[in-house]
Amino acid sequence: MKLEGKRRLWQEYQKDIATDKFFYVRSCVRQNFFPAAEQTFLRILQQTLGKTVYENPGHTTCTGIGYHCDVVPLNTTMTVVARQFALMTEAGYENLAVSCITSFGLYTEILETWHHFPEIEEQTREFLRKATGREFMIPKNLAHASDILYKLRHEIAAKAPFRLINHITGEPLKVVEHIGCHYSKMFPHKGIGGAEYPYVLVGLAEALGGEIVDYPERRHCCGFGFRQYVVRANRGYSLSCSKKKFDSMEPYKPDLIITNCPGCPYFLDRWQYVVGEMEGKTYGENGHGIPVLTYEELVGLALGYDPWDIGLQTHQVSSEPLLIKMGVPFDPSKKYAGKKGENIGRPAKPGTLKIDMDALHIHESILTS
Amino acid sequence: MIDFGYKIQTDRQIDYDSNDRQILEFVRRGEPSIDWCMSCGTCASACTAAVTTEYSLRRLIILARRGMNREIVESVYRCRFCGKCFNACPRSVNTRNIVYLMQLAATKISNHEI
Repeated sequence: MKLEGKRRLWQEYQKDIATDKFFYVRSCVRQNFFPAAEQTFLRILQQTLGKTVYENPGHTTCTGIGYHCDVVPLNTTMTVVARQFALMTEAGYENLAVSCITSFGLYTEILETWHHFPEIEEQTREFLRKATGREFMIPKNLAHASDILYKLRHEIAAKAPFRLINHITGEPLKVVEHIGCHYSKMFPHKGIGGAEYPYVLVGLAEALGGEIVDYPERRHCCGFGFRQYVVRANRGYSLSCSKKKFDSMEPYKPDLIITNCPGCPYFLDRWQYVVGEMEGKTYGENGHGIPVLTYEELVGLALGYDPWDIGLQTHQVSSEPLLIKMGVPFDPSKKYAGKKGENIGRPAKPGTLKIDMDALHIHESILTS
Repeated sequence: MIDFGYKIQTDRQIDYDSNDRQILEFVRRGEPSIDWCMSCGTCASACTAAVTTEYSLRRLIILARRGMNREIVESVYRCRFCGKCFNACPRSVNTRNIVYLMQLAATKISNHEI
């Protein structure tokens, strides 16, 4: 597809996104995958942009993974989601900000169901009343957290001391953007830019000066697909999907991958290690992998947050080559230091994928290449 | 290498830009009627060799178009040249000559002559 075509397509898929006063619901899996990403989102909105974000520690999983694995029935899922809405209503908020793509897709699906079948909404209200005695309002605005950062991208870019530009060569960094399937493949009009080529992360990366890589398997699923990784015997399918994407993007020499889903960054990051162990193949420069970042981590980096505060040491693929290209300062000795400076332990070195323990040799290799 | 308990599955997508269609090109030069084939399968249903083997000319022509030459070599020598496929073909494709040329191409490839 030509770029002009995409721009035209993107114009057809726009939506209203609130800019302040959010009720934030976290993801159940993201806090294990990339523990600091959600905290970084709160820091960006609350501390850097001065927005009001409220989260209730009583909110639970949306049951999305159980729902998509067929272990939680839809009525239960709808009642649990209705409870999240009730917590939002009780706190006096109307704008729901969702951290997880699966949750966002699920909330969208449920709101659409209730829109078309009001009797199901009434039934869910009854279930919630019986179970908890709570009442709820439908959110006035439902947005994924990446939608919100997209909406505020110019504000962020204006405050960002670091950009997606190679500070040594002055060239824009090549960015692979990967959108979670449940963001807009189910309901194209609920995503910025539609289902085929969503604009949400493109807009964010472009605002920060990056150049998007348009590679053949751009819209291919990362392979996360709940049933594929939950059952070990099926994980080969998950891995094969990611590998297909890596093989397709490799010739374009991307500097980083950004994603807006819980599973995509996890698998695009970890599978690079597995492919390395299985086939001896790596996709980044000098035996490294391609760094994979969540949208919050990317914005956090651009805003000058300490890379270790936003959790980049929890990634399998080393982020140091990217930090060096962006000119983000970091202290290699603090990579595996806890909040109080204590040593939190170092991961074992992979057999093939080159990861960085001290960052010094990467410094040398990138600066001399 | 670590045994993870699962494997990378080979991509079954046919890449028409990079596949090797030497056999197809060789046959096409000698027997242009190969392009008339519409993969109806009448040849395969009339085939004597197909009674006792998995031989199928329809499949061979598809494999040639996909550039899956190894699979062609495994199967093409099962033809007995009885010619029933030629009589049955609704588009008058010279099927016997196609099989003969495929066998010839397979031999030449193995001898590095083409």
